[in-house]
Amino acid sequence: MRQIRSILEGVGSTVQLLLRALSYVATLPRQSSRFIEQCYLIGYTTLPIVGILSFFIGSVLALQAGYSMQNFGVMQFIGSLVGLSLARELGPVMVAILVTGRVGSAITAELASMKVYQEVDALITMNIPPERMLVLPRLAAVAVMMPVLTVIANIVGWFGGAMICKYTAFISLSPKAYFASMVQYTKFKDVFDGMVKAEVFGLVVVLVCCNIGLNTRGGPREIGASVTRAVVVSLILILVLDYFVTKILI
Amino acid sequence: MASPASQPNPLPAAESPAVGVSVEALSKSYGKLDVFKDVTFAVEPGEIFVLMGPSGSGKSVLLRQVAGLETPTSGRVMIDGHDAGSAETREHVRRALVFQAGALFNSLSVYDNLALYPREHQMGTEDQIREKVMRALEILSLGKTAETFPSQLSGGMKKRVAIARALVMEPQLLLYDEPTSELDPVMSATIDEIIGSLRKEYHVTSVVVSHDCDLALSIADRVGFLMDGRLVHVGKPADLREPADPRIAEFLNPKIDVGNPRFKKIHTET
Ligand SMILES: Nc1ncnc2c1ncn2[C@@H]1O[C@H](COP(=O)(O)OP(=O)(O)OP(=O)(O)O)[C@@H](O)[C@H]1O
Ligand SMILES: [Mg+2]
Repeated sequence: MRQIRSILEGVGSTVQLLLRALSYVATLPRQSSRFIEQCYLIGYTTLPIVGILSFFIGSVLALQAGYSMQNFGVMQFIGSLVGLSLARELGPVMVAILVTGRVGSAITAELASMKVYQEVDALITMNIPPERMLVLPRLAAVAVMMPVLTVIANIVGWFGGAMICKYTAFISLSPKAYFASMVQYTKFKDVFDGMVKAEVFGLVVVLVCCNIGLNTRGGPREIGASVTRAVVVSLILILVLDYFVTKILI
Repeated sequence: MASPASQPNPLPAAESPAVGVSVEALSKSYGKLDVFKDVTFAVEPGEIFVLMGPSGSGKSVLLRQVAGLETPTSGRVMIDGHDAGSAETREHVRRALVFQAGALFNSLSVYDNLALYPREHQMGTEDQIREKVMRALEILSLGKTAETFPSQLSGGMKKRVAIARALVMEPQLLLYDEPTSELDPVMSATIDEIIGSLRKEYHVTSVVVSHDCDLALSIADRVGFLMDGRLVHVGKPADLREPADPRIAEFLNPKIDVGNPRFKKIHTET
């Protein structure tokens, strides 16, 4: 019972945080330097790890597909399989998980320490709403960067798959054939659906991480506890929402 | 060091009238812990009210209530006729709190800490803001620290930055939580003069929490004593010379008995 209540409270306060942050949307042009800084932190610094992981995920997908299909003589479909799985599912989910670990945890740690060391109180007495200065630029930045990161993850993953198909002896599918089948079955809608998913995940992760950070009470130990909580809650939400968003999009 | 009276003041002439604070039957508890009960007093517009009391008596908690950072358990704090925590007060009353621990923004340089408020509230061009910020830093002898970060400052320097940050806000109501507790005597005297001159020239209302009896005597219009969860005394600073309440007398002139068995015990056990 207590758990259900705390979940409902968490949902309520997160939605409230979103609404309050959105009410300051008009101040965004004035906060462009904060927005750009957050874009850099969220997008640019996550890029290398997104690149490396999606390359290997694309490769492994191709390898597994090739291995299971080798007795059926349907190697030419590997391209469409890798293309669809990455675009619709693995790309957005992987990017969201990486953003949680790389960015969400840092957001919670920063906001929680600002709360614990009374910096948030100082903002409030200065009549600078934390939702405006701390939450809104991060939300805007993640909204812009998630689709970009997802598209990059897709492209790198697709090429990873192509390389494996070419150089693995038991597959040896030419990139031309690989990409031909990919283009035939992976439509723009699939890529777009993936971007929508990534957008939803990104916004939810940043909101949850901001909310947990800003509601931290106590001292340094609680900052650590908040970070753990924010990451766990975000990961669970990504996977749960993945099901529901997919269901709506299909 | 030149006295601040001869230095240019950080604030241009205030356009806004002074505000009054009225604390009405205020009580605050955290769970089972009653910090204080039924505290009532008023601070007149332009007055300097010094709040004294032993450590842990709830002075900081009371100040946070006036700053609108916490909701009271019962009673209320009114500023200019509106609740201290209300949106009206936040929008219309410029209120600055000098936190006991400074509460500087650790990710911003000292300069940006001071410039944040005027930038966010669009109080002028970047040049005007720079001039105001540098003037506030000069007054508190912090001119050289503008580009450093809070983590590179000493405790007393942080406190001075916090005071400078409050001055830049051009507040109508200034709340200080132990402004002089970490400062040397010269700097403490400067703070006294700043508080006094803000009142004289700009009619700024101040509530100062302090243990410092000298500060109370030199700048206060009135002094309140918070003790054992109650506001036990409010009066002129002159009353402090011969307090009627024995508890206040004991607080101001503690008799330390070195032979007290309390102290012996620590000594033998360690
Ligand atoms: N957030 C809080 N939660 C629980 N108890 C608190 C909280 N803040 C303050 N207290 C308690 O309220 C009491 C008063 O604290 P406060 O900080 O106001 O003391 P103070 O008079 O400012 O003391 P000092 O002179 O040492 O700064 C203390 O017993 C403290 O433990
Ligand atoms: Mg205190």
